[in-house]
Amino acid sequence: MWLRVNLFNTWLSTAVTLALGYVILRAGIAAVEWGVVRAVWEVPYGPTGIADTASCQSAKGSGACWAIIADKYRLILFGRFPYDQQWRPAIVVLLFVALFALSTVRAVWRRGLQTRLIQRAAIAGAMLIVLDNLADFLALIAQIGFGLDVLRSFSLLFSVLATLNFIGKWVLTLGLLFLWPAIGVWVATLAVIGMLMFGGVLGLTPVAVDYWGGLPITLILATFGLAFAFPLAILVALGRRSTEMPAVKTLCVVYVELIRGVPLISVLFMASVMFPLFMPPGINIDKLLRAQIAVILFAAAYLAEVVRGGLQALPKGQSEAADAMGLSYWQKTAFIILPQALRLVIPPLVNTFIGFFKDTSLVLIIGIFDLLTMGKVALSDPPWQSFSTEIYVALAVVYILFCYGMSRYSRGLERELNSARGR
Amino acid sequence: MVRFWPMCATAVVAGLLLGGLTSGQALADGSGSATLDAARARGQVVCGISGQVAGFSLPDSQGVMRGLDADTCRAITAAALGDANKLKFVPTTAQNRFTALQSGEVDLLSRSTTWTLSREGNLGLMFAWVNYYDGTGFLVKKASGVKSVKEMDGASICVQPGTSTELAITDYYRLNKMKFTPILIQELAEVQGAFLSGRCDAYSTDASALATFRFSQGAKADDLILLPDIISKEPLGVMVRKGDDKWFDIARWTFAAMIVAEEKGITQENVDTFLTSTDPDIRRLLGVEGEMGKALGLDPKFAYNVIKAVGNLGEMWDRNITPMGVPRGINNIWTKGGLQYAPPMR
Repeated sequence: MWLRVNLFNTWLSTAVTLALGYVILRAGIAAVEWGVVRAVWEVPYGPTGIADTASCQSAKGSGACWAIIADKYRLILFGRFPYDQQWRPAIVVLLFVALFALSTVRAVWRRGLQTRLIQRAAIAGAMLIVLDNLADFLALIAQIGFGLDVLRSFSLLFSVLATLNFIGKWVLTLGLLFLWPAIGVWVATLAVIGMLMFGGVLGLTPVAVDYWGGLPITLILATFGLAFAFPLAILVALGRRSTEMPAVKTLCVVYVELIRGVPLISVLFMASVMFPLFMPPGINIDKLLRAQIAVILFAAAYLAEVVRGGLQALPKGQSEAADAMGLSYWQKTAFIILPQALRLVIPPLVNTFIGFFKDTSLVLIIGIFDLLTMGKVALSDPPWQSFSTEIYVALAVVYILFCYGMSRYSRGLERELNSARGR
Repeated sequence: MVRFWPMCATAVVAGLLLGGLTSGQALADGSGSATLDAARARGQVVCGISGQVAGFSLPDSQGVMRGLDADTCRAITAAALGDANKLKFVPTTAQNRFTALQSGEVDLLSRSTTWTLSREGNLGLMFAWVNYYDGTGFLVKKASGVKSVKEMDGASICVQPGTSTELAITDYYRLNKMKFTPILIQELAEVQGAFLSGRCDAYSTDASALATFRFSQGAKADDLILLPDIISKEPLGVMVRKGDDKWFDIARWTFAAMIVAEEKGITQENVDTFLTSTDPDIRRLLGVEGEMGKALGLDPKFAYNVIKAVGNLGEMWDRNITPMGVPRGINNIWTKGGLQYAPPMR
């Protein structure tokens, strides 16, 4: 019945249905034939460990050579991370996926146990971290600016500070777990991820950032990038709409227009090529961190405009009503304006998120090898050079999994949040 | 209270950001600025490579960097620190490679970089040695019957735009008063595909890359011919910063040691049997007598460490380039008709 109404309603739609059905069927059969029936799943290896791809070469054009995936999947997923340690990035990927999955459960985002004691403890923990970082930063400035080796002269003080920092991190994380479980879980998971990737603690071999690659790089850049860019974007969007603070407004406008006016590649280039030349010799800020900051700044400018769209869409009455109730600016913004504005812009927000997830592959141009680039590296191996289709199909599957996950989540979120509005 | 929270949040965010910045930095060692001192303090030599070129530097399926450039890094690290594993590979791109070396992000640049006057004169960098004498070559289909570039007047040639190859072909054709149609394609895979599908009569790039491409075709490799003409000079080498002559010496004499080792037939496997040799050259090379290492500021057995780690120059070639079907030709040592000639180590 459904078929007749939707597909065979008139002679024209019947013709279109038949034609499209034929095309889909042919394409499907061809795909199965290429990908399954005539595919080569493994190749023999020579005595020196070099793959003999003759069977793949002869199947080229008619069947897929999945042997290349079997040979290279660990290189593509985890890059040059030491082979016997690759369980670490594997867990990291799983942790990221688990974190995303958990975050989609709305209950997790509820407030936790908000007692004054836990609040104070969390603040104290945060302050300890800030104190140590501030001291380190000042020591660095003294080092660069005046050539004073403060770190060595007051080594005891700094080791005490470092210990306090360590304790502070634990207190803050535990405190957050109680106050806002979701944020606590995020902080804790990201800490574990950092520990697994860097190593150097609990008997894990330290692994330099230069050896990271593949999927963890893509996930780190995208997750940290968007997690930091989103709050920044909200601040910038609010700043840009500010009427009472022209200086802040100008700053936000200049920031957004400047970043939007240049391609991401040039921001990355600045971070990678120009920035080191301005630094004093011997001081290197890690390349991945530089790229990460560039991605954050770039994503924030775009997200800010999306958020501003939501703010513009709210009727002025909302803000006036809040004012009339005597709410302060931050109360008004946090409880009245933003919840409504953000739910309006879920589709463009997710659009930007997905865009940036894929844009992270541009870090290739500064020598960081993300998932896509590792695929290209795998393709450079002479015996496998002519099997690019298989690699790109596999990469596409990974990207689709993550991007489709994001779309699904946003659709669910929209349905739930907008149920009151009946659309 | 309301004002208090945003303040706290700001402080925390600022603190975290500052922390991220500070912890990412390695504080410079105050003792001295020599590259070797820094590498010793760090316990690591940092070597800039490409990471994407088969035969030169490309991770294998286990993620271990393989290739001539990678082994060059290993050799110099073994000479400097005595252990080839005290090495960090940093992938660089064609755009950021020189900055990486200038800014001290890497100690060495071993990234198939051509030695030219303007690069050495303008960039504050210098070439320590050539590890591969390359040149622009041409690949044609056997069926075309072409035997030499001279027969290719009016031909269409597939080439990547903006490369030194494009300039070399233009110069060559102008000099020989011939005409050609360039087919410019940016992506490597596409330019190769265009050549295979017959969009152009020849495919031109560095001869090493052509040989690798030909080899990657498996059984179909015999349908393609690499023309004997090499129309430009592309000496690819390892670069260091100017102003650290000691470090330059280490890089240069590492190569000399590997060449002498090949001359004398010393290999990674049999090097230990030469420790009791009576040949004074070998005794000096392996640090049994004389103070060759000390003159460079290194361990007296630096050359022994190099050979133990990567073997002699020929072994490095056989391990990385031979599997791709490239004959050694001018890259051989001078006693076998090549260009690799080491000054005496005494």
